[in-house]
Amino acid sequence: MKLIFEKSLEGKRACKLPGCDVPHAGLDKLIPENMARNTDYALPKISEPELVRHFTALSKRNHGVDSGFYPLGSCTMKYNPKINEDLSKMKGFSGAHPLADETHVQGCLEILYMMDKMLSEITGMEHFSLQPSAGAHGELAGLMIMRAYHEKRKDMGRKKVIIPDSAHGTNPASAAMVGYDVLEVKSDRRGNVDINALKELISGEVAGLMLTNPNTLGLFEEKIMEISKIVHDAGGLLYYDGANANAIMGVVRPGNMGFDIVHLNLHKTFSTPHGGGGPGSGPVGVKKHLARFLPSPAVRKKDDEYYFEYNMPDSIGRMKSFYGNFGVILKAYAYILTMGGKGLKEVSETSVLNANYLMEKLKDHFKLPYERICKHEFVLSGIKQKEKGVTTLDMAKRIMDFGYHPPTIYFPLIVKEAIMVEPTETESLEALDNFADAMIKIAKEAIQEPDKVKNAPYNTAVKRLDEITAARRPVLKWSQDR
Amino acid sequence: MKVIEGLYYSKEHEWVKVDGEKAYLGITDYAQQAMGDIVYVELPETGTELAIGEALGVVESVKAASDIYTPLSGTVVDINTSLEDSPEEINNDPYESWIAAFKMSDAGELDNLMDAEDYKDFLEEE
Repeated sequence: MKLIFEKSLEGKRACKLPGCDVPHAGLDKLIPENMARNTDYALPKISEPELVRHFTALSKRNHGVDSGFYPLGSCTMKYNPKINEDLSKMKGFSGAHPLADETHVQGCLEILYMMDKMLSEITGMEHFSLQPSAGAHGELAGLMIMRAYHEKRKDMGRKKVIIPDSAHGTNPASAAMVGYDVLEVKSDRRGNVDINALKELISGEVAGLMLTNPNTLGLFEEKIMEISKIVHDAGGLLYYDGANANAIMGVVRPGNMGFDIVHLNLHKTFSTPHGGGGPGSGPVGVKKHLARFLPSPAVRKKDDEYYFEYNMPDSIGRMKSFYGNFGVILKAYAYILTMGGKGLKEVSETSVLNANYLMEKLKDHFKLPYERICKHEFVLSGIKQKEKGVTTLDMAKRIMDFGYHPPTIYFPLIVKEAIMVEPTETESLEALDNFADAMIKIAKEAIQEPDKVKNAPYNTAVKRLDEITAARRPVLKWSQDR
Repeated sequence: MKVIEGLYYSKEHEWVKVDGEKAYLGITDYAQQAMGDIVYVELPETGTELAIGEALGVVESVKAASDIYTPLSGTVVDINTSLEDSPEEINNDPYESWIAAFKMSDAGELDNLMDAEDYKDFLEEE
């Protein structure tokens, strides 16, 4: 498919602007000569129907939750209810200016205020800041709070953060961003944090432990209360990576498990668009003893009026311009109200049920490294197929021929040839059965007709891409002289 | 899986080649096969002092990015800058594609590493 720039032809245009009715000042008077562009602007010249067809064709080549099943593990690609979009487009919200006087946008402030309360209730925290604009951004804010807490107590010797070997890559990256050294704690045979290994790593130099629960193997950390005690007894804090929060809503709260700091991904658990740039939203919440360190400003309420509180002397400061991705927060707010407390619990229960159903159907056809009841996702290994020369990557390519987005592959790193499947609660029994049938067919093909899988995909818009050259020598933008 | 005589090997699948006071370090054939096509190598800066187990650099493949932990302590005296433009050299010839050269602070640390025979046995168990 050609790029829109390659379709450009001199003389074509999609729109015609009316003549300018204010006096022409002349660019040379406004912009210094050395800064002014002296060539024509590099926009494609194309007619309106060609323009519409170009972008419609592009959209048809995309795969999203609106077009099909998307079992990308640890990403919670659930369906995004359209009522969220309707509400976020209401003029009172979409037309609000971020610099409007507080008295003119009381409705927007109320949403932020209530969202803080609802997320705190769901997770067992005291307060949330809605500023962080993605999961990793929430992690960064959370770790800055962790550092501010220790520094405020003049406890300057804590330079290390403990992170399990099954963790999301963002965890060590965020810790490093805040200046911490990362200590990796290994997993035990059941796929949980190895308690003895943790005891060896813990010391007065440890600022905290970052944990996802259920972890990236989709397994619940059964010894979480013991882990919490070990970390807290040593003076450290417990950080909850909320990437897998879809498994626990209404069932157990991070606050009750001993976590001090939490981030949630509204674009995962709370049904706002994920992928394609989202944008995301990664609110960070804390227990009472850390609330003073949250990003400023916070929305507070006095005599039935909402206002921004800027007087937060211990705050880590702003994490984002203005107040976070407001439209996304609004969509998540709509979702929480739509579902209600019981509904959210049902979301988690169904997501766990769906994952266990698929795991049971697939476990005779792929190696299942941890044979336990899983939570909202599970990890298979393609090691049996690898012996026949068919890799997990090959099978992931093949699944696209059946109209599915492939599962997450080669993650978590502690499982060889990993295939990580998260069906979410929004898929029907029929959809799960169809996906299982396709996976089983591929598992058999890998043994009986390995070449068929190795050369896949066949039914997609583009065949197998040269990922290696793309990674080694990426071409990041179109240029005229290419 | 190629294992070469005369080199030292670590459990993290790194090889060490000693040349006088200098020790060259790279990743083994097993490591490059497990990682898949390598697309980027982050090298240390010369002059960096490292203790055993500290991250020397990062090797990134289409599958994952992995820290390279040094099995020896010492000071980085040389880096293989050709890997910046051609990271695939590690896939093509892992035992010629050294990542960094060390001035060892304690040659006795070599005793903690495996020889080719022991490493072959180690790979069998993996």
